[in-house]
Amino acid sequence: MDMNRRQFFKACAAGLGGSSLALLGFSPQPVLAETRNFKLARTTETRNTCTYCSVGCGIIMYSLGDNAKNAHSEIIHIEGDPDHPVNRGTLCPKGAGLLDYIHSPSRLKHPEYRAPGSNEWKRISWDEALDRVAKLMKADRDANFVTTTADGKVVNRWLTTGMLAASASSNEAGYITHKLARSLGMLVFDNQARV
Amino acid sequence: MASLAPTFGRGAMTNHWVDIKNADVVLIMGGNAAEAHPCGFKWVTEAKAHNKARLVVVDPRFTRSAAMADYYAPIRVGTDIAFLGGVINYLITNDKIQKEYVKNYTNATFVLTESYGFADGLFTGYNEAKRSYDRSSWGYEIGKDGYAVVDPTMQNPRCVFQVLKKHYSRYTPELVSQICGTPKDAFLKVCEYIASTSTPDRVMTIMYALGWTQHSQGSQMIRTGALVQLLLGNIGLAGGGMNALRGHSNIQGLTDLGLLTDALPGYLTLPRDAEQNYDEYIKVRTIKPVRPNQMSYWQNYPKFHVSLMKAWYGGAATKENNWAYNYLPKLDKNYDVLQAFELMGQGKINGYICQGFNPVASFPHKSKIVGSLSKLKFLVVIDPLATETSEFWKNFGPQNDVDTAKIQTEVIRLPSTCFAEEDGAIVSSGRWLQWHWKGAEPPGEAMTDPEIIAGLYLRLKAMYAKDGGAYPDPLLNLTWAHKIPDHPSSDELAMEYNGKALADLTDPKDPKQVLLRGGQQLPGFAMLRDDGSTSCGCWIYSGCWTQAGNLMARRDNSDPFGVGQTLGWAWAWPANRRVLYNRASADPKGRPWNPKHKLIAWSGTAWSGSDVPDIRPDAAPEEEVGPFIMTAEGVARLFTTGMADGPLPEHYEPFESPLGKNLLWPNNPKVVSNPAARVFKGDMEAFGKPKDFPYAATTYRLTEHFHFWTKHAEVNAITQPQQFVEIGEELAKEKGISNGDMVKVRSNRGEIRAVACVTKRIKVLDCGGTKVHTVGVPIHWGYTGVTRIGYIANTLTPFVGDANTQTPEYKAFIVTIEKA
Repeated sequence: MDMNRRQFFKACAAGLGGSSLALLGFSPQPVLAETRNFKLARTTETRNTCTYCSVGCGIIMYSLGDNAKNAHSEIIHIEGDPDHPVNRGTLCPKGAGLLDYIHSPSRLKHPEYRAPGSNEWKRISWDEALDRVAKLMKADRDANFVTTTADGKVVNRWLTTGMLAASASSNEAGYITHKLARSLGMLVFDNQARV
Repeated sequence: MASLAPTFGRGAMTNHWVDIKNADVVLIMGGNAAEAHPCGFKWVTEAKAHNKARLVVVDPRFTRSAAMADYYAPIRVGTDIAFLGGVINYLITNDKIQKEYVKNYTNATFVLTESYGFADGLFTGYNEAKRSYDRSSWGYEIGKDGYAVVDPTMQNPRCVFQVLKKHYSRYTPELVSQICGTPKDAFLKVCEYIASTSTPDRVMTIMYALGWTQHSQGSQMIRTGALVQLLLGNIGLAGGGMNALRGHSNIQGLTDLGLLTDALPGYLTLPRDAEQNYDEYIKVRTIKPVRPNQMSYWQNYPKFHVSLMKAWYGGAATKENNWAYNYLPKLDKNYDVLQAFELMGQGKINGYICQGFNPVASFPHKSKIVGSLSKLKFLVVIDPLATETSEFWKNFGPQNDVDTAKIQTEVIRLPSTCFAEEDGAIVSSGRWLQWHWKGAEPPGEAMTDPEIIAGLYLRLKAMYAKDGGAYPDPLLNLTWAHKIPDHPSSDELAMEYNGKALADLTDPKDPKQVLLRGGQQLPGFAMLRDDGSTSCGCWIYSGCWTQAGNLMARRDNSDPFGVGQTLGWAWAWPANRRVLYNRASADPKGRPWNPKHKLIAWSGTAWSGSDVPDIRPDAAPEEEVGPFIMTAEGVARLFTTGMADGPLPEHYEPFESPLGKNLLWPNNPKVVSNPAARVFKGDMEAFGKPKDFPYAATTYRLTEHFHFWTKHAEVNAITQPQQFVEIGEELAKEKGISNGDMVKVRSNRGEIRAVACVTKRIKVLDCGGTKVHTVGVPIHWGYTGVTRIGYIANTLTPFVGDANTQTPEYKAFIVTIEKA
């Protein structure tokens, strides 16, 4: 019988379908008696792309939780996507560690604030954080926006606040970031492609 | 990218990863794919195993790519133009060029004006005070018919081929060997491998990365590689190309989307101060062909531009207000990152926002970067991780020795999601837009980047609507058609950059025929209009999300022709073409140069094959429509006016050179280093001199780490826990350094301490009698994360960039080393 690797995996992992096990040529009873359920059997598989270099390797993320409102989802395993034409299921030493990147102890969890001269972070709410940033931006923009040059050219630019955009954020994040930055008149604006 | 666009018309990897399997020769130079792009390198081993390919590696270190090579040659850091210029000389002298390709598909036949010249290491038009060129003397001679004059015999001494031949005749094997430190026999051996692909049925691919980009003459290094490929007829063919292996997972996408100081999405450009007149702005960008019958696709610029302005400003962009031309800021100069941090250091920038970007670790001359950030009023950091940048104000001992109390910068740190916690598309090096799906909720209260941007935008808009302020119009009129305004979905945004019809679109040939109803998604950029009836946020992406749905989400890996094109897997820009310029894979009559790896061919009525044709589908060969459809010439440019530092690449030394002189021009001190590269006041003085810093140095990645990210991931921190530097055995002996000793490496800008790894992989080079040792500096450590604390490698690197891109010169500088 024809099966690709993932179908095989599903069929093996379930430990439920007598029919699928029978397909593999096993009789269900002894198999059920001998194996404990694979942990991945209860996971949700989600396709994603490795976030590191530009090869764009396909990955499959296995997460707990069934998307129910109160079920907390958590990714517990990541492997290369065997169907992907470039990486064909493989991952390099960087990509093989993706799970530890997602669960890094360095992940930020809350907005934080460091006051001038202070030696510590203070936790703040999103509203406090975004209100503060928007206020700082507007004050600086209103004070320093250049509508026309000395010789009368219309330039509508804001040069005293700058922005660096990411290199691993998605196109959609990049697109909406660009839309806002230019509409503010920003020219001090670059992304990681520069370096 | 600043070199490929002036040469071929588009700034992107010409081919893609799987296509490497079709190569006969693979040249890896200026990169180390085996360690930096391991799963892509698989296709090199595939080519070796199944296509009898030969792998040639040229690198200052014997890398793991070199370990897999059929032939390896060492080279001194920063001398790749000398090496490749020597290759060009070899190919022309030994008649190893693909003549029919060169004659028909490049500007070799074009005749230059008499005003062009080159002497003493400088091209005509140089202004020493400004360190820049006036490029007006670099053009073509224009005939009475208004088109560029060509000489198909290529004998005219002013035709590009003859000029090129003369220019590189100076790059003799002897001189190459002296400059590069590559033994002459090794250089010639590499030439032989490369020259073997000058026949029409053999191809070479060049794989390069930041080892070419990150030099003060990096764009020209890439261009020299491109010239070699054009002379060999290797562009546009399966298994050929100039394959820029981009460093990050969506650098290609962010570049396509124009998040650069002077750009707009889809390689459109912002106006300069002087461009006060909209019609003039449009006219100079609407590039007319300089030869008959050429597509010169930028002729469509107005359609792309107007559709962008409609996507951003909707009804507020009208014909009457020149499609909201005043909403676009005008540039007095470029504000690239080096310029930004220079101004910040001068106290001229008050606020800065870092979105997923860690300049303290990533930018050169770390002490200057931290000093500049310390002068800000406010810094906003949006990141999934606790980066060095967000904690630049904390004292971490010698790794970041700052006086916290004196730093008056207000810092706000916002947690963002990572790839696993969002939907969206990222663009691989091969220009594939691959959609991905969210697999879990983010930790704590982290939000997606679009949500954070929306949070800021909606607040700013409300404040401007209520209180007024400086020029609020673009903000108040920005399109924001999101079902949940503070939660713009990736689907909505992707549909917006694909574009849609704003009214019914009729066939220009038959106005009764409706091609698309108002509101429908565009099938591709060919449908764009310049009358305001279409909107499109990024024209090159048009076709990614059509009426048929999200094509980036496709996952059909079938490869019916067996050449690896997989047209049903995700979606590639432009128009799902997988190999750029694939018209050049066939001869002028439309027959594939290599029938074994056929891309497209002329059927008698249309172009078709294993790839989407990169040419008008009904352009019959007799029409002589050139394969480089983005250029005004229709052909690729061996000679170009598109580069700031010269129409042909010329070797200059890195700004910090262990030789201190340019052996091509030993008597002209003005051309030791790139005469058109920008150097800020004070930075010239911060360059070291070889008498104090005698050793060449370069920075690079390890296979176990990715930049400054994986040091936050435990498994990677376990595999490479501690910072080290690599030196050769001879230098170690001279300095009394043993493997495992702690050493100090110092440049004129700072010092790092690390463990010494003494290796056979780095050899001492003989550069015309001067011995050059190289110190290798892996980059991955810093003062945050779960590895052992380390020094930022960029403490050492110089604050100078490429003349075209301002990409810093991380790959070639000078240091001294001693036991700590």
